[in-house]
Amino acid sequence: MQEAMIKRAKELLADGTVNRVMGWKRGEFSYDITPAVFETAEELDAEFVCDDLTQANVSKYLIKESRKEGKILALLKPCDTYSFNQLVKEHRIIRENVYVIGIPGGPKIDIEKIKAKEISGILSVKNEDYTLKIETIYGTETMPYYEAISGKCENCKSKKHVVFDELIGEDGDVLESNRFEMVEKLENMTAQERYDFWRDQLSKCIRCNACRNVCPACTCENCVFDNPKSGIDNKAAADSFEENMFHIIRAFHVAGRCTDCGECSRVCPQNIPLHLLNRKFIKDINSLYGEYQAGADTTSRAPLNDYSTDDCEPSIVHERGVE
Amino acid sequence: MLKISAAKLNDLFDAISAKQTLYIPVDREPNAAEFKKYESGMKLSASLNTIRSAKDFFFPQTENLADFKMNGKNIEVKDIREESEDFVIFGVRACDARSFGILDKVFLSEPVDSFYKNRRDHGTVVTMACTRPSETCFCTTFGIDPTVPEGDCAVFFDGENYFFLDRTEKGTKFVESISDMLEEGDASKLAEVQENARNIMKKLPLANLSTDSFGGDKLNELFDSDKWADLSEACIGCGTCTFVCPTCQCYDIRDFNTGREIKRFRCWDSCMYSDFTKMAHGNPRTSQLERFRQRFMHKLVYFPANNDGEFGCVGCGRCLSKCPISMNIVKVMKALEVK
Repeated sequence: MQEAMIKRAKELLADGTVNRVMGWKRGEFSYDITPAVFETAEELDAEFVCDDLTQANVSKYLIKESRKEGKILALLKPCDTYSFNQLVKEHRIIRENVYVIGIPGGPKIDIEKIKAKEISGILSVKNEDYTLKIETIYGTETMPYYEAISGKCENCKSKKHVVFDELIGEDGDVLESNRFEMVEKLENMTAQERYDFWRDQLSKCIRCNACRNVCPACTCENCVFDNPKSGIDNKAAADSFEENMFHIIRAFHVAGRCTDCGECSRVCPQNIPLHLLNRKFIKDINSLYGEYQAGADTTSRAPLNDYSTDDCEPSIVHERGVE
Repeated sequence: MLKISAAKLNDLFDAISAKQTLYIPVDREPNAAEFKKYESGMKLSASLNTIRSAKDFFFPQTENLADFKMNGKNIEVKDIREESEDFVIFGVRACDARSFGILDKVFLSEPVDSFYKNRRDHGTVVTMACTRPSETCFCTTFGIDPTVPEGDCAVFFDGENYFFLDRTEKGTKFVESISDMLEEGDASKLAEVQENARNIMKKLPLANLSTDSFGGDKLNELFDSDKWADLSEACIGCGTCTFVCPTCQCYDIRDFNTGREIKRFRCWDSCMYSDFTKMAHGNPRTSQLERFRQRFMHKLVYFPANNDGEFGCVGCGRCLSKCPISMNIVKVMKALEVK
């Protein structure tokens, strides 16, 4: 599949359809893959990679890239197309300046899952019939593919590309996922248990802002947490309240716009399951305002930006929050 | 050499923690170790290293510096410094141990940072020799021998016993304080373990990474390199690399108005952030390229220029495993290397 992508990208560069390609570059090892813009066929041949370990969602980069001279080719996995569409809808990406090729999605492999099995000194990872063959400094290890699946692919919501100019590989369907299972589990906890769960998680936060900066829904030019004029600028959390505040406010701000791409949890150096906050909002929006998937289209009105007479009353929302 | 058997390690921890606060690396989750205040029964992590570095003990992410109280036209300044208590950090790796030396150069040179010095004076660093390095390790590039780590006291594990080697006056005091629990042991197997680890170090994928192209005298050619644009292209401007880094030492000082008084505090800052070193006139580095370049120029050029050639990196590999877009100092060094 990688070869097909390189081939098609080279054709589109050669015939002038695009002048750049947004993809991924291989690194020192098999897993340290970096999003990159390619300008020539030679660069693509030498460094382009899109394999089982290529996880990064490149949609957010297209905000900047679509404002440059000429058209750029973007290779988007199904989940990335939702982020892309949402950014088009918010007038952040200039659609006309991007040529989208939909590419197959995961399930992707997360190197952290392999390292969690106490496999260290990893030199390469190969998928052989859904068994991972891992070459390490200390010898060869194997483990089942499904045990190393990235957190963001575990509850895949859709194999469908919601936007594309052409496809490489097949298009899929929206899936019946069980992505709200953990949210339900949290809902069924007592308030104290739930508080303890989140304190345990959010107390790990080092406020590196990786979750915010990678998030395709976080595109403010100047975040309130960075802006001294906001009155709540906050470079480091002074106490548990401020630790919670950053993440809760962020979840509120992306509510109704978060497509559930899972990048926040993927990049968190402390493994905080941040996506659960967003999923709680998605679940509530679905039940209070009707099923809605951010990024599924570019024309519908977002539930939290829309008013209709059958919207639920604020009192219902309030009651749900009371134990 | 004095030793204690692996089975008795927790008895030793109990004894140390009865006298002073003890911190050890423990597994929070698989592959996620962190230093925790020891409580009886806690198990020493088998992980190679902690996610956060050990610099936190001497240079915490946030700390209050002074309080100010306005009283009419008078400002009362309250010195809130308190003498730290003695504490022991057990299980620090050679890379982090070296990072303390780098931080010392910043915080203990004139004017001495009394907050840092206070903790440094009261902390005893007990290091642990590495036996199973990771593919992301490159401490040897900076002249570190992970099989004989620095620190006040170095500990070596041969698979059965932990051996203790005091390296400073503080370390000698520490070993003396636990001597009734240690016994003289045969360290012959240890040499074999060390030799084995050294051989692995030589075969690591980053073993040949060289600092030849870097240093205080390479300012202009490195600063003006056209490679920075490509290298910084995908940087999302988060602070992960700087916050997991054992040598990153930049901080911001801010005032917080509680309504009754002003609390002056400092917190880690990151050169990757858009408001880093922002002053009245604005920000001296307006693009991510400039901010990205600052971080690596600091470690590879500015720091050695001001510190007798010592680089501001210890090769711990944390940025290699934690950067959201997998850009790191190794990729930067390889791209800028003059072959």
